[in-house]
Amino acid sequence: MTDLRAVGAPPRLEWLVSTVAKVHNETRRARTLVLDVPLWPGHRAGQHVDVRLVAEDGYQAQRSYSIASPPESPSLELTVERLDDGEVSPYLCDVLRVGDGLEIRGPIGGYFVWDVAQGGPLFLVAGGSGIVPLMAMMRHYAAAPNELRADVPVRLLYSARTLDDVIYRDELEMGSRVDARVSLALTRDAPAGWGGYRRRIDRAMLEEVGWPPNESPRVFVCGPTPLVESVANLLVEIGHVPSRIRTERFGPTG
Amino acid sequence: MADTPFIARGFHSRRAPATPGRLPPGQYETRDFPVLSAGPTPRTPLAKWDFTIKGVDDRSVRWSWDELRAFPHETPNVDIHCVTKWSKFDTSWEGISVDTLLNAALAAGVQDAPYVMAFSDGGYTTNLPLADVTGGKAWIAFGYDSAPLPPEHGGPARLLVPHLYFWKSAKWVRGLQLLREDRPGFWEQLGYHDRGDPWREQRYQGDP
Ligand SMILES: Cc1cc2nc3c(=O)[nH]c(=O)nc-3n(C[C@H](O)[C@H](O)[C@H](O)COP(=O)(O)OP(=O)(O)OC[C@H]3O[C@@H](n4cnc5c(N)ncnc54)[C@H](O)[C@@H]3O)c2cc1C
Repeated sequence: MTDLRAVGAPPRLEWLVSTVAKVHNETRRARTLVLDVPLWPGHRAGQHVDVRLVAEDGYQAQRSYSIASPPESPSLELTVERLDDGEVSPYLCDVLRVGDGLEIRGPIGGYFVWDVAQGGPLFLVAGGSGIVPLMAMMRHYAAAPNELRADVPVRLLYSARTLDDVIYRDELEMGSRVDARVSLALTRDAPAGWGGYRRRIDRAMLEEVGWPPNESPRVFVCGPTPLVESVANLLVEIGHVPSRIRTERFGPTG
Repeated sequence: MADTPFIARGFHSRRAPATPGRLPPGQYETRDFPVLSAGPTPRTPLAKWDFTIKGVDDRSVRWSWDELRAFPHETPNVDIHCVTKWSKFDTSWEGISVDTLLNAALAAGVQDAPYVMAFSDGGYTTNLPLADVTGGKAWIAFGYDSAPLPPEHGGPARLLVPHLYFWKSAKWVRGLQLLREDRPGFWEQLGYHDRGDPWREQRYQGDP
């Protein structure tokens, strides 16, 4: 394996106090935080930041959150899904407000990343808040010049509980404008006349909406552990080369 | 900057703190067993599985699954700490001490060195000073919670180095390469710390 660090050890990632510039609800359970970060060094689509919360008594909690905004964006956006019995996400979704400071450090991660120059075809598979880093990739793709995009067809398969739980729904519905084909799979409730999938992601679905293995797509899978585990295994069964499949598991939330 | 942490307005601990002194800084206790890896779970049939220790001069020893399992077993009960912030207390394992395997390799003429690179199915690697896998600190584990180690947790066998962040405990491990000089492994090349001591919060390159 080549040493990607040949140019010398990078400097320490410092904790930065960002300022919440805007918040907006994506769904009943997910909220986007738009952060102003002084001296943000820039990031790649798919990377994440660590968030640190320190209470007055010194107690601290840290969690990772994917960056939702593309590298092209001037502000840093995170989208957090509230787990009612969680410790950090209810704070970020309910307590934190515009003007507050929030300690972050990053960008972190150099593996679950994609750049339009790397090419495609691209197949993105998300479950729940696993859409966040994949949305950064979609937004980066949408911001790319037409000539670059033409050679990189994108397909996204996104599994959510109900239509109301689909994060970035409006933006995803416009996906077709940038030649990205978006397929939704709802696992619990679907509205009357729903034309999309109504079951968990299975092999047949992956074969229908994904690129066939002989097109050598790059595949990114992100979401709760059981979904990622099952999708990655199915993709290998279908014949995709394991080294073309990159996964990110959102920890114990599965 | 890092010396005087910023207080988050209105943030309070929601949970009873873990046993004092047991949780490294920045970690929280979980009762699940989260799965974290960079790609799909590899599956090598046991009949094709082997474990190799390579010396610096390319002289190596190789054991089949049955040969490896014939070494004396230990049953460590340890706390584990993942760089993604979860810690899990009192995990119980069955495996073979790396000391046992290294001693057998050295006795068979494999040449010693101060660093090791663990390598795995799927191409994963991680580097460690030899001192971090010897002296009763590391195992090749094939059992978890009185059952065979499940594939998503690294089965049939993984390295277990509980005193370092868990990315050092390479899943699907297939061997150790002894090295004269330290060299970064997979996550270490991608910005993670070379040693990964959770008590010193050595998460990323440049951390103390
Ligand atoms: C690389 C990466 C990127 C991520 N990106 C995102 C993202 O973009 N958006 C996002 O929403 N999330 C993301 N996550 C997940 C995120 O880091 C948090 O895990 C998530 O927000 C939950 O944190 P929490 O503090 O609210 O819940 P936690 O307090 O961690 O609890 C999680 C669940 O575990 C259970 N639990 C854990 N410990 C205990 C305990 N001691 N007692 C009782 N119950 C317990 C609770 O039932 C709860 O439902 C990402 C994770 C990683 C690793």
